[in-house]
Amino acid sequence: MKNLTLISLLVASVLLTACGTTETKAPIEEKSATPTAPAAPTGPQVETHGLAPGAQDQSEPLSGGNSQVVGVDAAGAAMLKDPNNILSKRIIYFDFDKSSIKPEYQPLISAHAAFLKKYPQAKVVLQGNTDERGSREYNMALGQRRADSVKQALSVLGVQADQMETISFGEEKPAAEGHDEAAWKQNRRTEIHYQGE
Amino acid sequence: MSKFARLFVVFGLTLVALLPGYARAGLSIEIVGGAASRIPIAIAPFLPAGAQGDDPAKVVRSDLQNSGMFSLADSTGLGVPGEAQTVLYPQWRTRGADALVVGQVIKMPDGRLNVRFRLYDVIRQTQLAGFSYLIPANKLRATAHRISDVIYEKLTGVPGNFGGRIAFVLKHKGRYELQVADADGYDNVMVMRSPEPVLSPVWSPDGTRLAYVSFERKRPVVFVQNLATGRRIAVAHFPGSNSAPAWSPDGKKLAVVLSKDSSAQIYLIGAEGGAPTRLTRSGALDTEPAFSPDGNWIYFTSDRGGTPQIYRMRSSGGSASRITFDGSYNVSPNPSPDGRYLAFVHQGSDGFHIAVMELATGQTQILTDGPSDEYPHFAPNSRSILYSAHEGGREVLAEVSVDGSVKQRLSIPGDLREPSWAPAHFDLN
Repeated sequence: MKNLTLISLLVASVLLTACGTTETKAPIEEKSATPTAPAAPTGPQVETHGLAPGAQDQSEPLSGGNSQVVGVDAAGAAMLKDPNNILSKRIIYFDFDKSSIKPEYQPLISAHAAFLKKYPQAKVVLQGNTDERGSREYNMALGQRRADSVKQALSVLGVQADQMETISFGEEKPAAEGHDEAAWKQNRRTEIHYQGE
Repeated sequence: MSKFARLFVVFGLTLVALLPGYARAGLSIEIVGGAASRIPIAIAPFLPAGAQGDDPAKVVRSDLQNSGMFSLADSTGLGVPGEAQTVLYPQWRTRGADALVVGQVIKMPDGRLNVRFRLYDVIRQTQLAGFSYLIPANKLRATAHRISDVIYEKLTGVPGNFGGRIAFVLKHKGRYELQVADADGYDNVMVMRSPEPVLSPVWSPDGTRLAYVSFERKRPVVFVQNLATGRRIAVAHFPGSNSAPAWSPDGKKLAVVLSKDSSAQIYLIGAEGGAPTRLTRSGALDTEPAFSPDGNWIYFTSDRGGTPQIYRMRSSGGSASRITFDGSYNVSPNPSPDGRYLAFVHQGSDGFHIAVMELATGQTQILTDGPSDEYPHFAPNSRSILYSAHEGGREVLAEVSVDGSVKQRLSIPGDLREPSWAPAHFDLN
C-alpha cells in the first residue's frame, strides 16, 4: 500500500509538472559520448530558456527514486543504518590541500571494505569535497583526488574496482556553511554513499 | 526529502518559471577606482527632449563614466542641440568638455527607430565620428551601447566592451541560474536553472553556445547549450567527474577535465561529444585548461611540481613548461584575446588576488586586493578582466583594467560568480 501511494504521488508529480508547462515542454536532446555512465536514477528538475524569439522553454522530466540499497540483503541494510555500527559512519576528513587518509580512519575504511567484499553486488559512490578556499575547478580536482584516495584504500583491502565510483563535488556541497576553519575542516571530506540508499 | 515535498518543489519551480520578468533586475555598479587622467566629455540629451526614460544619452553617460576613462561635463542649460545643428563649440568649452556627443532618435513610419549621433572634438572643432542606425524599437539600449563603443574607441584608441554580453552563475535561495546579460548587467535573462550546483560557464568563440558544468545528474557533467534554442547536449558524462570546459578557438572542440582513467586529467572532446583524446598523463592533478588565442597552446593548472602552478603545453598534448614560479598557489589561467597577457589567481599571505603576466617578459602584476578573488576572464578588447569577488559575505562580480587603475563591482541580490565575456562582434538576434 505504501508503495502504491508512492507511485501515485510520482505520477501526480509528473502530471502536475506537465500541466504547468503544457505548451512549452520539449524533450532535451541528449547525445551521449561513449562509454557513458549509467543515467542517475533520480534527477532534479532543470529548465533551460532559449533567447531567440519563439524558442520554447525546456524542462527535463523528474524521474522516480528508489530506496533499496543495491546488492544488499535486509540484514546488510540494517547494519548500514545502525548508529552503533561503524558502517553508519561514512565520512573521512582531510587536512588542508591534502588527500592522504589519516590513521584514525583505518577502522572505518576496513569495515566498509569487509562489507563490500561480503556483498560483491553492492556499489558505493565516493564523493570528494573541499573547503571553499581557492579556485572552484582546482577544488573539483582536489575533491576528486580525495575520493580516489579512499577508493585506493578500499581497493588495497580487496574491494573490486567495479564496486566503486569516485566523483568530486569540489567546494560546491559544503557540509558546514561558515567561512572559518571550524567550517572548513568539516568540508574537507570524502563521503561514502551506497547505491540505492 | 519526502515525495510530497519533492512534488511541491517541482510545482513551485514551474510557477516561478511562468512569472514574467523574474530576476531581471539590473545590476548596480560601483566604481572603486579610476584612471589618473580622465577625458572630459559632454553628452547632450538626444532629441526629442522629454523622452528621458528612453534617452540613449543616459546609457552612454553611464557606460563612459563606469569605464573610469571619462569624466562627464555638465550639459544642463545648453538645450538639446540634436545631431544636425551647427555646434556652438565655445559654450561646451566653457563647461570643460574636450569632446561632445549630440544625437537624436527619429521614429520611422514602420515603427523602427533611426538613431543618429555625432562625436565632436571641442578643442579642434572637428567631427570625429557620425553614425546612423536603423533599429527595431526594442534595440534602443543595445544601440546606445554601440554608440558608447564608437566613442570609446575614437577617444582611447581601444575598442569598447559596452555592447558586449556576459554570462555568469547566480546562486539565489538555494537555486543556481546561468544568466546572460549586457556588459553593464542590464537585461539579464535566465538561460538555465537547476536546484543543483552549476559552474564554469564559458562562451563558444562564435557566441552561440555556452559550455558549463552541472551537478543535476548527481555527478559533474559538461553540457553545451545552444543559447538561441535552449537545447543542450551532455558532451562529457563519463564515470567520475567531468568538468572545466574550455573552447578551442575554432569552436569545434572542448578541452575538458575527466577522472575516468585517473585523477583529474585533461582531454580533448568534440563540441558535440564523442570519444575523448587524453592530453595529459601526469599522475598529478591537471585542470583548468585554456587555449591560447591562436589555438596552438593550452595553459592549465597542475600540482605536478608539488604546489598548484600554471603550465603550458602544445594543444596536441606532450611535455609542459611551467609558467608561474612566484608563490605556492597560482591557478585559473586565462589568456587575453590579443595573446599578450595571462590573467590568473595568485594566493598571497593575505588571500587570493587576480594577477596578470605579460607573456613576452614574464613580468607579473597583482591587480586586486582580495581576499577571495577568483575566476578571471578577459574582455574581448583585452583591456579589462572580469572576476568573482567576495564582499560582506556575498559573492559579487568585479572588473579591473589590465593596468589595475580602474575597478568596478556589479551586484544583484544573491551570489554572483564566474563571469565569462561573450566574444566580440556577434549579435544573437
